[in-house]
Amino acid sequence: MNRQAQAAVLFLLGGALLHAGTTDLYLRYVKAALQPLLLASGAVLVVAALATAWYERRRARRGPDRHHHPEPRISWLLVLPLLALILIAPPALGSYSALRSGTALQKPYAYGALPAGDPVPLSVVDYASRAAYGHGRSLHGRAVRVTGFLALDRAGHPYLVRMALNCCAADAQPVKIALTGTLPPVLRPDAWLEVTGRFTPRLTHDPVNDGPVPYLEVTSAKPVPVPRDPYDETWNN
Amino acid sequence: MAITEDAPPGADERQPVPPPGADERQPVPPPGADERQPVPPSGADERQPVPPRGADERQPVPPPGRQTPRLDSPLLLVLTLLLAVLAQSPIRGLLGTPLMQSWMTVFVAVTVQALPFLVLGVLLSAAIAVFVPASFFARALPSRPALAVPVAGVAGAVLPGCECASVPVAGALVRRGVAPAAALAFLLSAPAINPVVLTATAVAFPGHPEMVLGRFLASLLVACAMGWLWQRLGRTDWLRPPEHGTHEGATKGETFWNAVRHDTVHAGGFLVLGAMAAATLKAAVPAHWLGAAAGTPLLSVLALAVLAVLLSICSEADAFVAASLTQFSPTAKLVFLVVGPMIDLKLFAMQAGTFGRAFALRFAPATFTLAVTGAVLTGAVLL
Repeated sequence: MNRQAQAAVLFLLGGALLHAGTTDLYLRYVKAALQPLLLASGAVLVVAALATAWYERRRARRGPDRHHHPEPRISWLLVLPLLALILIAPPALGSYSALRSGTALQKPYAYGALPAGDPVPLSVVDYASRAAYGHGRSLHGRAVRVTGFLALDRAGHPYLVRMALNCCAADAQPVKIALTGTLPPVLRPDAWLEVTGRFTPRLTHDPVNDGPVPYLEVTSAKPVPVPRDPYDETWNN
Repeated sequence: MAITEDAPPGADERQPVPPPGADERQPVPPPGADERQPVPPSGADERQPVPPRGADERQPVPPPGRQTPRLDSPLLLVLTLLLAVLAQSPIRGLLGTPLMQSWMTVFVAVTVQALPFLVLGVLLSAAIAVFVPASFFARALPSRPALAVPVAGVAGAVLPGCECASVPVAGALVRRGVAPAAALAFLLSAPAINPVVLTATAVAFPGHPEMVLGRFLASLLVACAMGWLWQRLGRTDWLRPPEHGTHEGATKGETFWNAVRHDTVHAGGFLVLGAMAAATLKAAVPAHWLGAAAGTPLLSVLALAVLAVLLSICSEADAFVAASLTQFSPTAKLVFLVVGPMIDLKLFAMQAGTFGRAFALRFAPATFTLAVTGAVLTGAVLL
C-alpha cells in the first residue's frame, strides 16, 4: 500500500469513527464514555491523512523521489473494519450471545430506594438483583416495568435479557430474567419488549454458569423500539 | 521510526496484495523486468529475505516502459471499495446468520474500542521519536540496565490506557536508545498498573482491595522479571533492527506525521488481525467448557490464563469479566488479570509487527509462563 492509499484509508477510517461517534452507532459496540476519545482519534486520523497528502504533494514537487522504502502490506486489513462499519454496521449483541454465556448477575452492596411511578421502572439488572438476592423484599409488592430483548432457550422458555457492558461488546455479559405469566402469543428472539409484571419467588439457575435467574410474573408486554443504548452500563458508574 | 515489513524496497508498488478474487486483473509483469525479485508465492511476502544492504542503490530508476498498465494501491483500494459496495446485498446475506453477526459485532467492537488508544500510543511514540532527544532517556534512566528495569516498570504507571497504547510507545523507546530490557518492562507493566486500570479493578471487586494490590504487585513483579530475563538471555538480533532515517522528512512536522501515518496503518493492521482472532474465539468457544475446568485448582488457573490470552479484552475491562467468573478461585482470577494485559492474541500480533516475529515467538511463551507463575505466587501470599 503506497502513501496515497494509506492517506485514503486513514481518511476513511477517521471519517468512519467520526460518523460512528456523532451518531448513536458507536453505542452498539463500545461504552458511552468512549465517545470523546472516538471523536478525538477520528479527528487525528483525518489530520494525519491530510498531512500525508500535503507532504506527498510537496515531495512530488521537490522532484522524482528515489527513496522508495517498503510500506506495510498488513495495513490492507484496515479496510475490513472500515467496510464492516460503513456497509454492514452489525447490530448490538443479541439473544445468540446471551444464551451462550451465563448470567453475570452479582450480589449488590445495597438496594437503593425504588424510583417513583406505578409500575416502577427498573432495569433488568436492578430487578434481577432485587429478586434474586433480596427475595423481592425491597420491591414491596409493587408492580415493575422492565425493558430488554427476548431470548428463547432450546426448550422455548422465554427470557428477558439485557447485555451489561464495561468497555466494549467483547466483554458484554447477559443478565437474564425468566418470564412467566401472560405473554404475547408469538415470541420472536431479539425483539425488544417492555414488560410489566410482579415479583414471584420462583428462581431458576443458568445452565451455563449456574448463576441465579429470577422469574417475573408478566401481566402485560408490548413491543418497543431498540433503545438508544442497547447495553446496560450501570456498572460503569 | 522504523517499523517496516521485510519486503524488498518498492516491492509494494508493483505487487499489491490482491483482494480475494482479484487475481485475474493483476497484470503480468513484462518479461525480464523482475529478474532480481521474482514474484513471491502468495502469502510468502513477509518471510521474504531482506535484500542485501545497498540494494536500494542498485535499484534502477524504473524505465518509462514499466509505467504501462499496473495495479497500484490507490487504484486497488478504489476497486476493493467499489466491489464491496456493489456486492453489498450478497455480503449482507452471507453475514446474516446469528453466529456471523455476533462475530462481526465483536470484531468491530474490539477494533473501534482499541483504535483511540492505538492513536494515543502512536502520537506519544511519534512525539518521543521526534521531539524528545535520546539524551533525555540516558539521563532519566539509571545507566545500569539491572536498575533501569524496575524504574521503567514503575514508570509504566503514568501511561493511562490499555495495552494497545503501550506497544508503539515501547517500540519508540527502543529506537530512542533505551535498553530493550527496560523498554520491555515498561511494555508489560504499563497496561496493568496505571491508575485507570487499578480503579476499574477496585470497582469490579468491591470489598476486596487485596485484589487491586495483588494485581499491582504481581504485574510489576512479572514485568521486572521479564526485563531481567531479557537482560540475561535476550539477544538483540531477535529484535527487528531499527532502521534509521526511514521516516526522515524535510521538517520535524513531516517526520512526525510520517511516523504517525506509518505506525497507525502498520500497528492498525496487526490490531485488526488480533481482533479477528479474538472475535473468532469469542464466537466459537462455548462458555460451559469453563464450568468444567473450575473444579480443580490447577486446571482452573490454566483455564483462566488461556482464556485471558484468547479473549484479548482491554485491560480496563478485564476486571469486570474476571469478577463474573464466579465459579473460579480468587487466585485463578488474579492469573486472568495479570496474564491478559501482558500477552493476548491482539498483543501478540502487534508485538510481532513492532519488534519482529522472531522476538514475539520467544517473548510470548516466556511472558505467559512467568505471568502465570508470578500471579499464582502473589495469590498464594495475598489472597
